Amino acid sequence: MGLEQLPHNFLTARLEDLVQWARERSMFPATFGLACCAMEMMATGAAHYDLARYGMEVWRASPRQADLMIVAGRVSQKMAPVLRQVYDQMVDPKWVISMGVCASTGGMFNNYALVQGVDQIVPVDVYVPGCPPGPETLFHGILTLHHQIRTGDLLRRRDASGTGAGIQVEQRDGTPSHVQPIPIRRKSA
Amino acid sequence: MSEPIKVSPPEEARLEAQTDEGAQQLQPKRHEVVTGGLWPEDDDTMIINMGPQHPSTHGVLRVMLELDAETVLQAKPVIGYLHTGMEKTGEELTYVQGATNVTRMDYLSPLANELVFSMAVEQLLDLEMPPRATWIRMLLVELNRMSSHLLFQATNGMDVGAVSMMVYGWRERELTLRFLEKITGLRMNHNFIRPGGVAADLPDGWQHDAEELCRTVEQGVREYSDLLSENPIFIERLMGVGTISTEDALALGVTGPILRATGFPWDLRKAQPYLAYDEVDFDVMYGRNGDCYDRFRLRLDEILESIKIVRQCIDAMPLGDYRVQDRKVTPPPRARIDESMEALIHHFKLFTEGFRVPPGETYASVESPRGEIGCYLVSDGTGKPVRLHIRGPSLYNLQSLGTIAVGGMVSDAVAIISSLDPIMGETDR
Amino acid sequence: MATDTDHAAAGEPPGASPADEVAAAVAARFAATIVHESHGQPVVYVERSAWHDVAQFLRDEERFTQCLDVTVVDHLVDSERAVIPGVALERFEVVANFLSHPRNRRIRAICELPADDPTVASIADVYVGMNFAEREAFDMFGVVFEGHPDLTRLLMPDDWVGHPLRKDDAPGRIPVEFKEDPAPR
Repeated sequence: MGLEQLPHNFLTARLEDLVQWARERSMFPATFGLACCAMEMMATGAAHYDLARYGMEVWRASPRQADLMIVAGRVSQKMAPVLRQVYDQMVDPKWVISMGVCASTGGMFNNYALVQGVDQIVPVDVYVPGCPPGPETLFHGILTLHHQIRTGDLLRRRDASGTGAGIQVEQRDGTPSHVQPIPIRRKSA
Repeated sequence: MSEPIKVSPPEEARLEAQTDEGAQQLQPKRHEVVTGGLWPEDDDTMIINMGPQHPSTHGVLRVMLELDAETVLQAKPVIGYLHTGMEKTGEELTYVQGATNVTRMDYLSPLANELVFSMAVEQLLDLEMPPRATWIRMLLVELNRMSSHLLFQATNGMDVGAVSMMVYGWRERELTLRFLEKITGLRMNHNFIRPGGVAADLPDGWQHDAEELCRTVEQGVREYSDLLSENPIFIERLMGVGTISTEDALALGVTGPILRATGFPWDLRKAQPYLAYDEVDFDVMYGRNGDCYDRFRLRLDEILESIKIVRQCIDAMPLGDYRVQDRKVTPPPRARIDESMEALIHHFKLFTEGFRVPPGETYASVESPRGEIGCYLVSDGTGKPVRLHIRGPSLYNLQSLGTIAVGGMVSDAVAIISSLDPIMGETDR
Repeated sequence: MATDTDHAAAGEPPGASPADEVAAAVAARFAATIVHESHGQPVVYVERSAWHDVAQFLRDEERFTQCLDVTVVDHLVDSERAVIPGVALERFEVVANFLSHPRNRRIRAICELPADDPTVASIADVYVGMNFAEREAFDMFGVVFEGHPDLTRLLMPDDWVGHPLRKDDAPGRIPVEFKEDPAPR
């Protein structure tokens, strides 16, 4: 990735700042919506939890045009090589969010059929827990990723671990009970 | 080899007259083709691979298409990319835990999966459900049908090109999911319908919220209908596309909206009623031509029928137990655990070992939003099943892709896959 | 759960449950068929050699329009197995569920397969929809369906060795591996 090749001193600070800002603000998800988590990922992109506020509503089907891979769902043995191929096709800089417990560790299915954690195949930057993680938790994960990119922390973590950054976020689901769902009000026709 | 273009003299004269100032003299052109000749008559067909990662939102489905120019000659779905070994895991989990596993198969209507599993276990145990449990289950399954069909509207619209449907469909689905979260605690994969009843009682004030939900979803459905049902582009895209006849559908094991769209009004809720479907009033929606448009329209109308049933549940919900009182099967109320030693022991035994089911086998089936979902359960007297097999309707619905897509265009293949509404979780299990 | 002995005591021919004429018709047509009632559902245990003919009979003469499912059960490690009088129980059972729309009834057909020779006729030519179901059963259990047009693996990768749902094959639960903690926050 280009940023690492730059010498890190007071002259390049503004440039790094600019690059990190650009990377954070122009993230295109390449969805790897596999199973139940894909439903919650689509919910995150939909009206109530709108990913478009962060410029991420455009899901690029082609991995060449995407830089964030959200592995949403369980990865089976048959799917693992496909996952790796899609990851390889993505252009640097790329980030990986492992959404849900199945993608993070194999989840409740510790049997022959699943890869026990997608970090066996690709380096993961953020682990989002939940089965499935609600949109609030996924948002927490995405915004954590954004923040880490902005501050340069993510790259430091990657250097430290040698592989993905491996940040675990906590669960943030559950609308507090005093908040009522918002009904859609329309003018009666 | 190149041949001069032969143009007839009057044509040449006309063309010359058209060009300004005769600057473009019509010269006989020489065609130099890089391969050394004109393209031969192409009899070869192309084999195109769609998926398993592709922009349509139907999960990890791979379709091998054999094409002659744009016409599909063969379509072969390749599945297994989401195989999770859930049936094997089902043999390792007790019957109390079984619903957590089964619920993740058809992840778009998890309560239907839980219901069919619970019904199978209860058949093996010869248990009768109290009426309130039955009506709560019916309420939940109909809400699930609503949310599943709303998502179908969203994804079908998006696949066909009405991209804004993606946002509208999710808007109403979100409200349904929030209501389900209020009742069950989770938006998806609820693990709420368990053998013996349901996990908890309905919260206070649910009638008001349910009525509000019904009203909002009805308005939403009316909006979709205005947007899409008479829309000429939508009709052009879906009408006459992906037709299947009733005989083919029956032979292929297709059930659910696809079968009903062919004009065959078979709905398990009416034909072989379970829960309390014989006590509520609703209609079975069926189509005429068996094409994609009929399937879309049918599912839209089924949302309205589900709303009808939900309203009747709100009015007629019986009071009483929400789960069977048999302490060997359902856990005691939490407060009793502080008072009674037996309650404590029962609770402990249930959540560590589970309950034992006498040896036998049974097949239970319900009408899920995708068709007939069945559970074939074999028990051997221990706390874990010998064989837990779920008959997922999407497996057979997808198999019919090989028949439906043939003869159509490639662009229709997307519309057809989307109208079959496959869920790979229950296809691959 | 009514058993055959109850009905035999009532004076009816063994295996002919009055509750289900279809089961009785199958038993009448195919010798060595045992009729059983499982929690109110009619089940016929048929001979392996008659499997295809039973399916054909059900579709053509008894108007069972749909076969819903064909699956296999592996009874290797059963603690306790229900004894059906007259049926020689084997390790594998092939189970098919049928539904008749015009008659609004269901029936289940089961045949026993020995462990050393798990082959049976395919009914994919009678009920086309069972193509995938039989492929899955082959993939998961190694039961060979003779006459199937394309008996290849469906769910596992093509180069997978073994048949995962057999009781002596893949473990149902592998021990959880705790990886090293990722970098602290």
